[in-house]
Amino acid sequence: MGLRIGVYVCHCGVNIAATVDVEAVTRFALGLPSVAIARDYTYMCSDPGQALIKEDIKEFGLTKVVVASCSPMMHEPTFRGTIQEAGLNPYCLEMANIREQCSWVHEEEEEATRKAIQLVAAAVDKAFLLEPLEERRVAVTSAALVIGGGIAGMQAALDIANAGFQVYLVEKEPRLGGHLAQLDKTFPTLEPVAPLLAEEIREVEGHPNIDLLTSAEVIGLEGYIGNFKVNVTDQATIRELKVGTIVVATGYDLFDARLKPEYGYGIYEKVITGLEFERLVSLSGSRKFWVNGKEPQDVLFIQCVGSRDKSVGQEYCSRICCMYTAKQALLVKEMLPQARVTVLYMDVRAYGKGFEEFYDQVRGEGVLYRRGNPSEIYKNGKRLIVRVEDTLLGEPVQLEADLVVLATGITPRRDSPKIANLLKLPRSPDGFFMEAHPKLRPVDTVTEGIYLAGCCQGPKDIPDTVTQAKAAAASAMIPLCQGQVKVEVVTSIIDEELCSGCGICAEMCVYDALSLHERKGVMTINEVLCKGCGACAAACPSKAIKLSHFTPAQILAQVDALV
Amino acid sequence: MEGQNLAQAYRLFECIQCGRCTGGCPMSLKTRFNIRRLIYEALVDEDMDLQSKEVLWDCSTCATCTLRCPKGLDPTDMVIGMRSILVDGGRIPPTIRDALKSLAIRGNPLTMAREERADWAEGLGVKEISEGAEVLYFVGCSPSYDPRVQKVAKAMVQAFKKAEVEFGILGNEEVCCGSEARRMGETGLFEMLRELNLETLERYPVELVVTTSPHCYNAFQNEYQGLDLKVQHYTQFVAGLIDEENLPLSKEVRRIVTYQDPCFLGKQNKIFEEPRKILRSIPGLELRELDRSRERSLCCEGGGGRMWAEGTNPEERLAHTRVQEAMDLGAEVLATACPFCLLTLEDAAKTVAGEGGIQVMDIMELVVEAL
Repeated sequence: MGLRIGVYVCHCGVNIAATVDVEAVTRFALGLPSVAIARDYTYMCSDPGQALIKEDIKEFGLTKVVVASCSPMMHEPTFRGTIQEAGLNPYCLEMANIREQCSWVHEEEEEATRKAIQLVAAAVDKAFLLEPLEERRVAVTSAALVIGGGIAGMQAALDIANAGFQVYLVEKEPRLGGHLAQLDKTFPTLEPVAPLLAEEIREVEGHPNIDLLTSAEVIGLEGYIGNFKVNVTDQATIRELKVGTIVVATGYDLFDARLKPEYGYGIYEKVITGLEFERLVSLSGSRKFWVNGKEPQDVLFIQCVGSRDKSVGQEYCSRICCMYTAKQALLVKEMLPQARVTVLYMDVRAYGKGFEEFYDQVRGEGVLYRRGNPSEIYKNGKRLIVRVEDTLLGEPVQLEADLVVLATGITPRRDSPKIANLLKLPRSPDGFFMEAHPKLRPVDTVTEGIYLAGCCQGPKDIPDTVTQAKAAAASAMIPLCQGQVKVEVVTSIIDEELCSGCGICAEMCVYDALSLHERKGVMTINEVLCKGCGACAAACPSKAIKLSHFTPAQILAQVDALV
Repeated sequence: MEGQNLAQAYRLFECIQCGRCTGGCPMSLKTRFNIRRLIYEALVDEDMDLQSKEVLWDCSTCATCTLRCPKGLDPTDMVIGMRSILVDGGRIPPTIRDALKSLAIRGNPLTMAREERADWAEGLGVKEISEGAEVLYFVGCSPSYDPRVQKVAKAMVQAFKKAEVEFGILGNEEVCCGSEARRMGETGLFEMLRELNLETLERYPVELVVTTSPHCYNAFQNEYQGLDLKVQHYTQFVAGLIDEENLPLSKEVRRIVTYQDPCFLGKQNKIFEEPRKILRSIPGLELRELDRSRERSLCCEGGGGRMWAEGTNPEERLAHTRVQEAMDLGAEVLATACPFCLLTLEDAAKTVAGEGGIQVMDIMELVVEAL
């Protein structure tokens, strides 16, 4: 059977049709050689639109399909599915982007139509040369790695282990628990942390499916989804772990309050951070709350230290400080009913379940909230003076204090650039690891098989951390359950006759997919690691590398049609 | 419309009214000047009446508000903008008007004659830069004319000679850097003075400009776009001389000294270490730190045109507080590195401590005692 191409021009409602004369484009396409049918339709991606293509494939015996619509980023997977359902190889599809690259960026109808016609002509010429490609799958190692033994990592490890998979849990410190182990009680329920954490740790340590490595660090990563090889330091040795998926739960660092020198942290011993307060209060037991052997009479809490603050490069809200401050203020009030407990704030963000109710309770117990973020702390004799404008009074005031607690925020771990480099994870502008999509793929990363849990992705409280840990665990289990994963079909192909083994391609490849074949003296490609970006093909001085689906012949055919 | 224009020009819509600007403002300790409120008024009051706001002249442009703002806004610049509106409308305190007029006519705000600018250097054997030198010593207005600050300029010359620094001055060619003109709201005048200085500086092939005043240093460093020259405040330069062992400090100066960080040196340009390094290098000298120092230093009220305007509360002076704090520390000398700090603090010391009490000195004066 000869070449028979179908061309489908989408209106995209008015998105394309208002600027491009879609009928003219269709008429033009019909006149092209080997084009058996050309149609335009309101929404090609809709069910009736797709049905149209499927019917035509059968009726006209189409061998290739061209869809002129939006960016292939948007609907290439859709239309590949469509033609596959009608019995064609999914790679016999070519798209012409006449929306983002045409109708959205041009105003003149005539010119826009002319450009759309050219784009369609180029797509048809490439379609001539398209070759069917076969999808491939590889087997998955049935184990997962969890990096970080805080609450996020422990929860993820437990979920995966409980589902019956082997889990390696790697923690840098000698003990499990992370920052949670430093907290006294949780908000808003005032539940003591110690028993809660002890239970979780007991479960992890006793789990037959969890191989726990403490004082251990991930130092190397090779491989790809389904087949990662991870090097971990374990005591004096280096262990190689083989896992199918990885959950990153490396946590956070506390903002360094010394970066705001105006608060005198590090100079005055009675200016402490929220985390130091937790220790102070857990040492105090439930009865005595002493600072330097005395009951403090004036306790001030300062919100947003190192959060929402561009002057120290921390633009985001740390999400936990409003509520932990409310909790800490309440604890002081409970222990010292006579003390004056004041929270200096700029906004109170009580967005979580039970948070607003808790905030009401805290104020009801006699904690005073004054609106104004302090600017400076200094000393008058032995007492601390906090300078702040009460913005509701419009009056600058100087408040005396026996103890000042800074609600220090959450920052990306100082070693996160190192981890990001090791795992090839991009970071968002705030420095935290970046999820693949903020709405639809919040625990995935752009590296397939690696998932995020907890504060390494952004500030979170305990319930949100646990929720994300469970989500990351569930995502990490999908490939483990499936037992095999699809790998990219569009990959580079090396012509061994032409390759001189110079290695320039390997330097260009960010996926470590190229290596020298020792015996043959030519480069070989790991088709599972290759993501089909084409960097190597462009770099090869011998023109020995071709990218399937984007071969020089296919691209030149497109170019010829355009110029 | 004033409010709306200001809101646009100074990105006031981004303000979250947290109050850190007013909470840190030294003027808010003593007057009704409330910068957060000014921002809010500009936002909500389209017909904001600046004319009645006498408090606008209270600001010493120390820039604490700008440094503390968590949203990267520049309230100091907004005050300067508001003052420009007042200046354009002719509503300015007479003393400010006189200073500006003198700047325009005589190139200094002190109503002194142009041709007397270099008189202080007579008989000291100071080269004019036209004779050629690597280092240009930019003296500044107060050190040129004010008898008290002239001592600092002379100390500078003595130290430079001891260290065998190849330096020269602009002499009567020198005009004000314009820093104070800009801060008093006379942007046009500042630009004119900047042009003049840039033209002069272009003529002489020097490698480095050293200033007496942190205000000149700040202007050259941050507000002279197009100035392609290395500029240092003298504390940086002298600390370097000491580091390279070019300035031997051999005599003991047995005094207890504390140090006032000038706002334009410390807060605004983060030069905290060099002045302390110089003081610690003086044998016998004991340096005691004020509780409020470095980023938390308290302004002396000498900047932003305040040398020529008393503000709305002349009775209470922050310089008095500062002198008292220094005395409580047991300091015999309150040292600083800025002509304005020197003048305001010395004035305060006379009132608070009387003659024979705590001494106010420039770091350079302590340096020459150790030569």
